[in-house]
Formats: sequence, structure tokens, C-alpha cells
Amino acid sequence: MDWLNAIIQGILLGGLYALFAAGLSLIFGVMRLVNIAHGDLIVLAAFLGLMITTTLGINPLLALFVAAPQMGLFGYALQRWVLNRTLGDDILPPLLVTFGLSVIIQNGLLEVFSADPQKLNAGSIETASIAVPGGINIGVLPLLMFVTAVAVIAVLQWIFYRSALGRAFRATSDNQDIAQLMGLNKSHIFGLAMALSLVVVAIAGIFLGIRTSFDPAAGPARLIFGFEAVIIGGLGNLWGTLIGGIILGICQNIGAQINPGWQLLAGHIAFLIILAVRPRGLFPRVDG
Amino acid sequence: MSDTQQYAIDRFSPASRIAAVAALVLIIALACGPWWAGRADMRLLSELFLYMALASLWNLLAGYAGLVSVGQQAFVGFGGYCLFAMTMFFGIPPLMAIPVAGVAGALISIPVAFLIFRLRGAYFAIGTWVIAEVFRLSAAQISALGGGSGTSLPVTIVKSIASSRALREAASYWMALAILVVVLAIVCLLLRSRRGLALTAIRDNELASQSLGIDIWRAKFFVYVLTGGLTAAVGALIFLQKLRISPDAAFSVNDWTAFVIFIVVIGGIGTIEGPIVGTIIFFLLRETLADLGALYLMILGLVAIVIMLRAPKGIWGFVRQKTDLDLFALSRRVVTRKKHQSSHANEDNKGEPHEPQTT
Amino acid sequence: MSDGFLEIDALSSYYGDFQALFDVSMQVGEGEVVAVIGANGAGKTTLMRSITGLLSNEAAMVRYRGQAIGGLRADQIATLGLSMVPEGRQLFPSLSVEENLIIGGQIGRRGPWGLEAVYRLFPVLKERRSQQSTSLSGGQQQMVAIGRALMANPDLLLFDEISLGLAPIIIKTIYEALPGIIGGGMSAIIVEQDITRAINVSHRVYCLQEGRVSLEGSSKTVSREAISNAYFGV
Repeated sequence: MDWLNAIIQGILLGGLYALFAAGLSLIFGVMRLVNIAHGDLIVLAAFLGLMITTTLGINPLLALFVAAPQMGLFGYALQRWVLNRTLGDDILPPLLVTFGLSVIIQNGLLEVFSADPQKLNAGSIETASIAVPGGINIGVLPLLMFVTAVAVIAVLQWIFYRSALGRAFRATSDNQDIAQLMGLNKSHIFGLAMALSLVVVAIAGIFLGIRTSFDPAAGPARLIFGFEAVIIGGLGNLWGTLIGGIILGICQNIGAQINPGWQLLAGHIAFLIILAVRPRGLFPRVDG
Repeated sequence: MSDTQQYAIDRFSPASRIAAVAALVLIIALACGPWWAGRADMRLLSELFLYMALASLWNLLAGYAGLVSVGQQAFVGFGGYCLFAMTMFFGIPPLMAIPVAGVAGALISIPVAFLIFRLRGAYFAIGTWVIAEVFRLSAAQISALGGGSGTSLPVTIVKSIASSRALREAASYWMALAILVVVLAIVCLLLRSRRGLALTAIRDNELASQSLGIDIWRAKFFVYVLTGGLTAAVGALIFLQKLRISPDAAFSVNDWTAFVIFIVVIGGIGTIEGPIVGTIIFFLLRETLADLGALYLMILGLVAIVIMLRAPKGIWGFVRQKTDLDLFALSRRVVTRKKHQSSHANEDNKGEPHEPQTT
Repeated sequence: MSDGFLEIDALSSYYGDFQALFDVSMQVGEGEVVAVIGANGAGKTTLMRSITGLLSNEAAMVRYRGQAIGGLRADQIATLGLSMVPEGRQLFPSLSVEENLIIGGQIGRRGPWGLEAVYRLFPVLKERRSQQSTSLSGGQQQMVAIGRALMANPDLLLFDEISLGLAPIIIKTIYEALPGIIGGGMSAIIVEQDITRAINVSHRVYCLQEGRVSLEGSSKTVSREAISNAYFGV
């Protein structure tokens, strides 16, 4: 029964990883940008949640509604005034600038909040659980995270394929020049994509902070989990990313079940195996 | 009526000839370090040499082969762990263990390359990071080397390098200088070879060089394995000097990749001089600003971003643009010569008329 | 002739160090159709990219209705009523036919053109409205590209290489539709390699050769000999 439990908890954990991954996947889809600072932005959002909960004295789940627009605005500004200047044929500038950003965020958080681990306290919901037949308890919080992840991906999917904004995203991604001729300002479109990405990052960051303790150095690991979920699921496929996150979560929990030291290693190895066997991921997008 | 001009390919400019002589003098002067430098200075210089070597290798990888790795700490740590394992378990002398670690690093980089070469561009970068994480987590599982908390090099092994402390420190200094010279020599020779020319072509235009019949995959693979091996050798020496190893220190992304990337970006990526200039600037900054702690790192990150946005060729690129200096005699330049001065340069001519003059 | 609708004044354009246009001057009047002809590499596409803002220039080099637009971004110029059917169609592959059309109209200028008007012009597109644009034939793709440009309700429509790579029967269809498109008083610049068609459809013609204007004249009066001299630089 431990194993079944490990798998179920792994699936729920996978929802969180899909949240880490969704924002990364979104901006890659729109502007081929891989944001090395993505994980650090997740941790930044967690610290932002901490500040909001302590100053306003509200539950972190409510703080999300304050943090998300702030992160979105920050994302728009970051894209328009910094990252847009790096985009072009050369992959080096965006990579190195976001890498520099990652170091700045990590050390900025260290300077302000010290290296002590922090946690967001969501109150009684953290310990509540639902008993299901077979002696397995499903935590309300992990379930909420999973449902949120599914909802976030459904919304992103809808925006991308059904809304005017998504049409603009896809058009700009297909052909920047021609999109400009249609009156789309690509700097603005890219800014909106990053804003949306950081709104998702805010959700991911707050959930991360409720689920586990975090410190300024916790970012890179989150970037890597998100990245692995994206590659396992297949580039450019949001639902695939969710499945990628679930696979990662299950593998980590099974690894931990065998030996606590193997938790992260098992996830990485699963990723490397999929990379070796199916380098385009399990569900790559079929380009028409 | 002017003389017909003839064209030849020349790599040495007067500046690079002077630089070659100056470099030789500098190396000899540095090799005499133990006689003129204090203990602390030698330690600082050793560290500088090792960072310069790491930066030159990363520059070769990212600036020439276009393989932007943020996971070279995998090889630094792997080299360090190899050295500890070989000296402690197999009794291999530490000095021997360094080249062996280099070979081991090159060998392990082969399967790694097969895996992560499936990822493109920026995803390749994160892939290298995953590999480094796998190495770190695996090292933490080796209980004979202290698991997650690491281990120190036994005194007997330390003493086997040299009997007196002064001599050990001198030896360690010389090794750092030697490995830097070896790395720089290999990078220079590689870039001046046919293969280097192919790499430069790939850097300038991957698609065009593919159509010229350059096997890009093989060229990149070769550079990846070479830098993997050399980085592991440098890593072995780094941890021989530290005398203590732990997974977090050995596979630190900040120490072995972030700093190295900043050095190369600040100095100038895609030039041999860049990492050298960058390392010197990095150490000057560090010695003056290190008291600021986290703030210092933020400044470093900010400087790197500003340079990447404003002067993407770095400080050396800026100098070069202004002066056309090329100290390592790498670029081939077409020089014009008066006809009577040159009789051997005709093979390289293209499209220029050089029939005898009819005056 | 020059009513200040579109004036290009001593335009020079560069790709990096390479100069593609040298002091090109041309005018397009309101309601006028101008043909631009020239051999491959003469600078026709560069001229189109400069007018639409895909290549940036000094502001005063391109003036539209008296406004210096040479320094504006392509999306800003588009909102002023300039629209282009680009060379090689360049539809958005991840958008359906209808989405391609809708995105063409998203700047929201008022005018006669809308989805229904485009479907009346090219009924076949209505049948294929939900297909991916890449699944269409070359001629149908050109129809989408034209429809997409019309959706913006432009005052000046640029056709870059209107018939390049299309079958003769398709070219004929497109040219038959052309009066219905630009008949309503719209100005147009048509880049075309087929000299006869270019002259028949236009009021005036410019010939480019190696980045310079080698001929300018009324389509009715210009002689074939003058054109071929200007075209081939004899």
C-alpha cells in the first residue's frame, strides 16, 4: 500500500511541477526564450507571498491575488526593458542575461531575507485530508494544487488556441516580421507573454511556499524540475507538460520510497532515459 | 604605375609577435614566483591561473563551438572526486592522478554528449545542468568519500606531494601555472588547426558551414569531450589544493560556472584574450568588493547583463574594435605585398589578377 | 502627379554593410497603381520592406500623407493604412485560414473589407476556413495572403512578387480579381517580374536596376525598348 500511496502522492506532486513548467513552456512557445531565472522567479514569488502574508496578515492562498498581478507587471517590464533587447538569432544573449538575472535574484533575496529557510502558513488546510478506500489519505492541499494545475493549463490552452491574444502569440511566434505588418507590436506581445508566464510563476511560487520550506537558493532546482517536465511531455504541448510533471513526481516518490537519497536522482534518471529513448518527449506537438 | 599587389595569408601581426615574446617572459617570471611572491600572493595567483584555465575552456565550448553549457561544474567536481578516489583507494600519486582524472573526464563526457546533444540551444544549457545535478547527487551516495558531507585528503597523501610545506606550496603553484599554460596552448593550437577553422566557421554561420561539408556534430562532439577532460584535470588540481571535497563544493554552479561565465562575458566571448582579461578583472573586482558579500555577486550579475546588452563582445571585443589587436595570432588576415617581395604566396590567391605586368 | 500621398525621397537602405538601395525616389498618388519591375536582386523587396517599416530608415526618406514615417515601426505604419501581400505568401502556419484573415483585420480600420467580403471575393476560402493554412494549394494561399492584407482596409496596398511561384491559371485568376480589389480607389504598388502584366495593370511604372531607379514613366506611353534597356542595363 506504501507503493500505491507513493504513486498517488507523486501524481499530485506532478501538478506542482507542471505549474513550474507551464510558464517556461509558454514563453518558449511564443518567443523561443529559455528563461534560466525561471526557478528563481518562482522563489521570488514565494518570498513576495511571505511579505504579503506577514504585512497584511492574510492567508497565502489569498495573498496570491495580490502577488499574481505584481509578478505579471514585473514580467511585462522585465521583458520590455531587458529581455526584448536580447532576442535575435544568437541564443547566447538571452541565456546569459537570464543567467545573470538568476544570480541577481538569488543574492538579492539573500541580502534581504537571509539564507534561513522560510515557509508560508496556510492554516488548517495544510493538514486536512480525505480518506479514500484502501487506507490512503489524500491531502486537501496537494489535491488543491493538482486541481489548480489542471485549471491553469486548461486556461492557458484556451488563451493560446481560442483567444485573440493567443492568436497574436501564435502569429508572432510563426513569423515576427509578418505579424508586425498586421499591426502587432512584437515587443508588447512578448511583454504580455512574459507577464502571463510570471502570473503562473506566482501561483507556482505560493504553492511551493505552502508545500515546503524555501530559501533564496531554492530556485535552480525548480527550474530543472520544470524543464524536465517540459522535455518529458514534449516541447510545445501543455497537456504533455502536465503528464511530464506527473511522471517526474511519480519517479521521485518511488525513488524516495526505495532510498530517501534517491528521490531527486530517480527523477533525473527518468528524464535522461526519456531523453535517450524519445528525444522529442512523449507527446511532441505535431507541426501542421 | 604601381606594382602589382600580391596577396598572402598571414597570421602573425607585429603585435602578436611581440605578445608571443612577452608571454614567454611572463611565464618565466611567473614560474619564478616562489622566489619573489609571498605565500598569500601565490595562493591568489594559483586560484587566478585555475579560473583562467576554466574560463578559457568554457569560452572554447560556448564562444567557439556554440555549446553554451551551464553544467561544467559536473566535470570540475568529477575531476576532484576522481583525484580523491584514486589517491585514497588506489594509492596513485596525486600528481599522476591529475592527468588520469583528465582522461576519466573525457571518457565520461562521451556518453554524456550522446545524451545531451539531443537538446538544442538553450535547452542544451539546462540539460548540462541536469547532468551536473546527477553527478552531485551520485557523489553524495558514495559513502566511502563521506557521502553528502564530503571528506578530507589524508595527511599521508598530502605529504607524499613534497615533504616540506614551502615545497608543497611551490609545487601546487607550479602545477596551477603549468595546467594554465597547457590549456591555453591546447586552445590556441586547436583554434589554429583545420578543426579550429571549421569551428570558427560554425560559430559564424552554422547553416553555411554545414553546406560547406563541415560535420558540425563531430566538431562539437570533439570540443565537448576535450573540454570535459581538461576541465576535469583542472578540477582535480583545484581540490588537491583545497584538500577537502564535498558534493556541494565540488559541483557548485556558482563557483565553477556562474563566475566562469561572468569572466568570459566581461572579458569578451569568442576571443582567446577575453577570458584572460576577464579573469584579471574578476579578481580585481573580487579583491576590492568581496566584503560586500551577496551585494558583490549582484553587482557582478548586473555588470554581466549590461555588458551583454551594450557590448556583447566584452571588453576585449571593444579593445579589438578600436585597435585591431590580435595577440594570439589566430585570425588569418590577407596582407598585400609588393610583387618583388613575395614569390611563395600565390597558392592562396583568389580572383585577383596576378599576371605579369606589361610595363 | 505628386499629391503627397506616398513620397519616397532619396532612400538608401542597407543590410549591415551591404547597400541595397541608392537614392531611390518615387511617388504614388491617391488611387494610383504603380508597378515596380526589375531583375532579381534589383532591390524591389528591399524597397517594399523599407516602405512597410520592416527595414528602418531615416524618418524623412518615406512620407505618407505628409507624415514622415521612415523611422516608424512596421506595426505603427500598418495602423496608418499600409498593408502588404508579402513575397511567397508567408501565411501563419499555426493559424487556420480564418484566423489568418482575422489577424489581418485586427488593427480595426473601418472600410468595406471584412470576412464576408473576402469570402465573396474568394469563395473557396470560405469552404476551407477552418483548415490549417499550410494545407492549401499555392494559389489558395495567395488568396489568403491577399485577403489578409485587405482585412486591414488599407489605403495603400503593396503586392510583393504577386505571381512568383504560381501556376499560370492561378496568376490569371488573381489578375482577374485585381480590379475588384483596387478598383475602389485604393492605391497600390505592384512588384512583378512579368513586364506585360505589370504595364497592363498599372498607371505608372518604375524599373529598378542594382538598387537604383533606372526608369520611371507612364505605363501607357513607355516603350518596350526603354523598359528592356532599363531592366537589363544595356
